[in-house]
Amino acid sequence: MNDTNASAVVRDEHYNFGYLDESTKRMLRRALLKAVAIPGYQVPFGSREMPLPYGWGTGGIQVTASIIGSDDVLKVIDQGSDDTTNAINIRRFFGRVTGVQTTERTAQATIVQTRHRIPETPLAQGQIMVFQVPIPEPLRWLEPSETETRTMHALAEYGAMHVKLYEDIARHGRIATTYDYPVMVNQRYMMRPSPIPKFDNPKLDRSPALMLFGAGREKRVYAVPPYTSVKSLDFDDHPFAVETWSGCCELCGATDSYLDEIITDDAGGRMFVCSDTEYCATRQESGETGANASKEAA
Amino acid sequence: MSRTDPHQPLLSVRGLTRTWDGVHGCHDVSFDLFPGEVLCVVGESGSGKSTLLQAVSWQAAPESGSVRYDTREQGLVDLATLSDARLRLLARTDWGFVRQNARDGLRMRVSAGANIAERLMAVGGRHYGELREVAGTWMEKMELDLGRLDDAPASFSGGMQQRLQIARNLVTHPRLVFMDEPTASLDVSVQARLLDLLRRLVADLGLAAIIVTHDLAVARLLAHRTLVMQGGRVVESGLTDQILDDPHHPYTQLLVSSILQS
Amino acid sequence: MTQDSDSLQGYANTVDAAGASRIQVRGLGKTFVLHNQGGTRLPVLQAIDFDAAAGECLVLAGSSGAGKSTLLRCLYGNYLATEGSIRIRDGNDWVELTRAPEQRILQLRREVIGYVSQFLHVIPRVSTLDVVAEPLQQRGAGADEARERAATLLARLQVPGRLWSLPPATFSGGEQQRVNIARGLIGGHPVLLLDEPTASLDADNRAVVVALIREALAEGRCLVGIFHDEAVRDAVATRLLPLHPPAVTEAAPAGKLAAVAG
Repeated sequence: MNDTNASAVVRDEHYNFGYLDESTKRMLRRALLKAVAIPGYQVPFGSREMPLPYGWGTGGIQVTASIIGSDDVLKVIDQGSDDTTNAINIRRFFGRVTGVQTTERTAQATIVQTRHRIPETPLAQGQIMVFQVPIPEPLRWLEPSETETRTMHALAEYGAMHVKLYEDIARHGRIATTYDYPVMVNQRYMMRPSPIPKFDNPKLDRSPALMLFGAGREKRVYAVPPYTSVKSLDFDDHPFAVETWSGCCELCGATDSYLDEIITDDAGGRMFVCSDTEYCATRQESGETGANASKEAA
Repeated sequence: MSRTDPHQPLLSVRGLTRTWDGVHGCHDVSFDLFPGEVLCVVGESGSGKSTLLQAVSWQAAPESGSVRYDTREQGLVDLATLSDARLRLLARTDWGFVRQNARDGLRMRVSAGANIAERLMAVGGRHYGELREVAGTWMEKMELDLGRLDDAPASFSGGMQQRLQIARNLVTHPRLVFMDEPTASLDVSVQARLLDLLRRLVADLGLAAIIVTHDLAVARLLAHRTLVMQGGRVVESGLTDQILDDPHHPYTQLLVSSILQS
Repeated sequence: MTQDSDSLQGYANTVDAAGASRIQVRGLGKTFVLHNQGGTRLPVLQAIDFDAAAGECLVLAGSSGAGKSTLLRCLYGNYLATEGSIRIRDGNDWVELTRAPEQRILQLRREVIGYVSQFLHVIPRVSTLDVVAEPLQQRGAGADEARERAATLLARLQVPGRLWSLPPATFSGGEQQRVNIARGLIGGHPVLLLDEPTASLDADNRAVVVALIREALAEGRCLVGIFHDEAVRDAVATRLLPLHPPAVTEAAPAGKLAAVAG
């Protein structure tokens, strides 16, 4: 695994620092300040055309671009992994437009841009998580009208969300939502935490880090400031519960991380390993083992 | 439970005028409604009765006139002074609104139980088991098959959908229910059942109701008092049996004499 | 039990006792205006004066068209008087019916004035027992207590028990009439208006009704009724009020009946 290093990619001076022009960055920062001032509230912003299509993280990239400085250390993960194609591309993009240091170590990053996971390593005060969000509106499934959903948020009319959970229980015997699980932020606004597994929801509650959310196509940003209450919706008699596994990570032996199921061969062989590759590798380095310590996921 | 004073009007309407083009709508309507009282507004198409209902329930602000409602917490308030938030809360808890077409008043793809329990969830109901139980009780009260609690109303008949809509509105024990032609979209044989249910519910729950209808039989069965509207104005008002048995205004006499005796 | 009325002495606020005045009518007139028949005016009652007291049975006499039913309906607020005054005693207060607000009339009907109409107003789906029990429930009695009392009355009127759970729509005329009488008597109203209560009954049932009327009078109720059957009339009447198509009438004691034309 790569430690922090100077960007392997050379900064391209033809681009403004962070790719976006200064006034765009300022507009975005203002939107983000407003978002931080009203935890969980969706703030509209002037989303720019980015050099990748909508649906590939343009919102998260714009948020990162507007806040990143030359002494920041950036980590980019995609479904917990630093080395998927998307994570690598986004990291390289920022290398070209900022020249900042990048890292795979959660503890050393100042900004972590993520798609679909929160790292297992607990975050610290001063760190910023940037989430890539497809659909920011938690009530969109129920109400297609933007005017109506804005009114519902303004008046805190959230009964309909519990209707969805009720339906789940009526149909499946339990709340069936397993990712992008709706939460109440600061006891006031309902928010979608982006498609992270519900396993990660508790990490949002009163985290010391600043959480920023960007939706490029929908042109919204929202935020959860440090030490803010974030409560997952549930019923008194069907309380919120995270996923559990009967085993542990077969590489590092962790029992407290989110496990991915990996198919290892064409004969149906499979193993469970930490989704957070950095967390897993760190544990292995310090001598923790699981059942299959010798085989590494390709 | 509530501190409703039976001698104080629950709803007080004065000089209410609302038109959508300056001409068509309702003009200068005044009446009081007392707790537990049912008022029917009868008239033919274009009489302004539906506009009156919209205006009285403050779904559209009137051009002139006032509507005052005796709230549980603050006593008599002029609806014009209430914030949007307060009005919406009122509409969801202390009022009901039953639409002619049940589909307009239901979530068609959500289960019957969720439809009924939604208002309770909106005001903080957080116990699934209890919510389900209350929903089930209301299914039975409305003579709906309890086994269909988890079915979506898209699969219900028109009469069943209408009964479900009513249950959805009554679950928070509102003191005032507005109904716009509640039986007009139903087959005649189905209407009788619904009207009987409404009659019993109104009596059992002490509901006050304003029912707009073109059908005098609905007024005869359900209403203590009746307003007759023609051309946007109230031409006659009084006890329902008096209006129907001793009509004074020419239009009322015409309406009453037009009913075919079955 | 015959009494001379002292009505012409004016209104009196009297304590509740046999002979206490319950109804005071002065100068009552009722004219119908038929707007849809070219504005034809139909005078039916003119300058009616009378009093009725607790323990009295005042029988309205006169040919068909003389206004007997009309007078009863005016006393109930079902028809609006065109002129004159109708005062009804409610406890210690006198209420001017012709100017009373609708809510007051509804309250009087619940607690003071009962009405047995000529034909039972049939409501679909409501059982006979509940039809009869309803007025007592409206006075505040519990459902079970009201049904028990209804059962007693129905039994007395010889309506078979197997019919009690059925709606009376399919009953014979005589059965419906007896259900109607039970419904009228059950509420214990101090004033009772009866419109041809025995018209469809056989001799046996007529005797039962006569007995019930006598008991009501003994309890101090004030009855005003129309009886075509002379035997029944003679058995219950304490006074006659002859009515003629628009002509001045005044109350006459029963013994003077033969001397009055019509």
